[in-house]
Amino acid sequence: MTIEQVQSEIQSAIPGAKVEIILNPSPSAQHSLLLDHEHVLAVATYLRDVSELRLDYCSNVTGIDWLPREKSEKVKVKNLVEGVEQEVEEVHKTVVPGYLEVVYHLFSVEKKHGPVILRLRTEDRAAKVHLPSLTPIWRAAEFQEREIFDLYGVIFDGHPDLRRILMWEGFVDHPMRRDYVEPDDYEYEPTPHDHVLQRSREESGRH
Amino acid sequence: MSSMTETTSAANDERSRKLTAGISEGQLLEVSMGPHHPSTHGVFRMDVVLDGERVVKLKPVVGYLHRNHEKIGENNSYLASMPYTDRLDYLCSLTNNWAYALAVETLAGIDVPERAQYLRVITAELTRLQNHSSVIGFLVQDMGASGTPLMYAFREREKILDLFESLTGSRMMCNYMRFGGCRIDLPAGWLDRAKKVVAGFPQFLDEYENLLGTNEILMARTQGIGALSRELAINAGVTGPLLRASGVNYDIRKVDKYGIYDRFDFKVPLGDNGDVYDRYMIRILEMRESIKILDQAMCDIPPGPIMDPKAKIRGFRPKAGEAYGRIEAPKGELGFYLISDGSGNPYRYRVRPPSFVNLTVLEDMCIGNYIADTIAILGSIDIVLGEVDR
Amino acid sequence: MLGEGIVRGLAETARNFLGSFVSKERLTTVQFPEERLPQAEAARDFPFLVYDGEDWQAGMRCVACQICEKECPPKCIFIEKSKDKKPDALGRAQFYPARFDIDVSVCMSCQICVEVCPFEAIKMDTAFELSTDDRFGGLLWDRQKLALSDAHYHAIHPTDAAHTDELLAAEKAKAEARTKAAVAKASPAPMPQPPAPAAANEP
Repeated sequence: MTIEQVQSEIQSAIPGAKVEIILNPSPSAQHSLLLDHEHVLAVATYLRDVSELRLDYCSNVTGIDWLPREKSEKVKVKNLVEGVEQEVEEVHKTVVPGYLEVVYHLFSVEKKHGPVILRLRTEDRAAKVHLPSLTPIWRAAEFQEREIFDLYGVIFDGHPDLRRILMWEGFVDHPMRRDYVEPDDYEYEPTPHDHVLQRSREESGRH
Repeated sequence: MSSMTETTSAANDERSRKLTAGISEGQLLEVSMGPHHPSTHGVFRMDVVLDGERVVKLKPVVGYLHRNHEKIGENNSYLASMPYTDRLDYLCSLTNNWAYALAVETLAGIDVPERAQYLRVITAELTRLQNHSSVIGFLVQDMGASGTPLMYAFREREKILDLFESLTGSRMMCNYMRFGGCRIDLPAGWLDRAKKVVAGFPQFLDEYENLLGTNEILMARTQGIGALSRELAINAGVTGPLLRASGVNYDIRKVDKYGIYDRFDFKVPLGDNGDVYDRYMIRILEMRESIKILDQAMCDIPPGPIMDPKAKIRGFRPKAGEAYGRIEAPKGELGFYLISDGSGNPYRYRVRPPSFVNLTVLEDMCIGNYIADTIAILGSIDIVLGEVDR
Repeated sequence: MLGEGIVRGLAETARNFLGSFVSKERLTTVQFPEERLPQAEAARDFPFLVYDGEDWQAGMRCVACQICEKECPPKCIFIEKSKDKKPDALGRAQFYPARFDIDVSVCMSCQICVEVCPFEAIKMDTAFELSTDDRFGGLLWDRQKLALSDAHYHAIHPTDAAHTDELLAAEKAKAEARTKAAVAKASPAPMPQPPAPAAANEP
């Protein structure tokens, strides 16, 4: 079943569900479906249970941090320059706000096909980082969603046991975010390796 | 679906409540098993609540070996991540290499020459042999058969590690595969030595089955212990020998047919009960199938190049996009998910570790059993903390 | 019969125990360090810098291009390029490393430096008994400690070394042909081209 067919199946089965195809330009051609928060549980249940797809196995759940980025567009604007109308090119810069994304790779054990890739996006990277948890649908997401909560700071509503998993309790930041600043090493001891690390940091543009 | 209520983790809480009904708080004992406990295969901790010797609650605690492997992967070039993958599941570096190479090859559309495909199959199946033989050794060691079975298993594993050393230069951190092939060709005489080792392996398996297969103590300790239902296993994303011991026919070598696995004649052994004994037997049977694959591969391996001439080692910059590549590692589905933004470093580098996801069902398997059985159950999952914590 | 399995297992143990007196296959223990097994030819531990001839400073193949420093996954190599140039094995003026340090406490023996080196200048050693009582200085190896002769390379990796010699000889022949052609044309000698990094994919 192609990704377009899956999209239309979902849309006809769950009215109102917003399903957008995110194309993947690489040779892998693994395209994915972007879902909205309201219908995702219904869509996930449908994908798991419908007999043609039976995506009963959720293999991989992972987070991605997309920083806000600047998008520049060249726009032709008509301007009055010294009383004469001229067409001038102007560069419009718009900031695309950042968001956190969670990706689910689904396979079917029964039908032996896949992957069907689902994506969910938070509204921003600071306060509105809530997403519905898919752990009630696929138990496989339990630890992996905890890991995303731990390392990216996405809050999964409806997760049965949302605690930090790899970092310790009481740790404050989310280390997999792109703008994470490494703390000073509290067990620091000078080693001959310091200048090497220093140079590699300078080269890669990190602090 | 009727099984839905059973697969959620709320079912565990319900079972805990039932087991502790009528027992006062003071009678329950909280034990923190690990992180430095010899049976936990590394630094793994289980927060266990006991009623007498019976487990009523168990929460796995991981992260003691966490080094943010994925962040290191994002800060490094594609090539530089290859030796780091050796250190995920440090018993099976060659399958880790393969999974990562496969993901990058999917991302960039690189072909792998025929001979390199055979080399990959041979090294990966040898990895499976040495992983499974040491794992069943560890399993019975954890249950108290200290020494003998583990040492016999290690004696055989050593022969395979010697093969790895003479091929790749290192016994465990092989760093052998590259995007579009393998790093070096077989040294002279290697194939004959490997054939000899593989030919001797069935005898070791027969001996091992004599040693343990019908041992009444082993059977009493493992049969009916830690049974995992088919529905729960699928829903919880359990993969590898654990899934197949529960009777689910799902082997990525058969499903995806990655590499050249469609050319080999081998069976997928399945269990009936999904208990610890089935997992032990599945591993023995899988080794026998691996030997079959090895026999065919070592017979058919053609001469030819081992690297795709178009593949670049240095300055590798795949086009923007993403790819998920997965293989059947000895512990289950090992996947790599890569997002490229067109630069020399991956934008996102994700490892889907099999034993981390397999730990999800540890509590389900342990509740209601004795504390001593949790050790057998944990041993049968086959975790490696390098991979769980990353 | 209950206990049959245990008896069968014990019989297997006895077979292995008694077998260890007659069969080498079943007695695999080696009494290290008195007894030693030969090392595999491909074995690798830490990198070293190859030099030709007798003098390590004059014969060092490394031209301080810093590719290995960039590609090193754990970033354990530190190179400072020289200010001046000196002739290399082909007689061309080249930079040399004024400083070349490897922190072996950080090195993870992956041999990516060997793979990416276009000058066949860095190779893997097989020495493994390297413990030291000086945690900082003793594990930071400078270029003098890293420099080992080509003869040593031939001794530990004969097959690889023969192949490397072939590559270098081909390189040299090419360079000579180029200079000859240049002389024949009677034009000013062109700047010698550094060899293409064709050797990045090790055979």
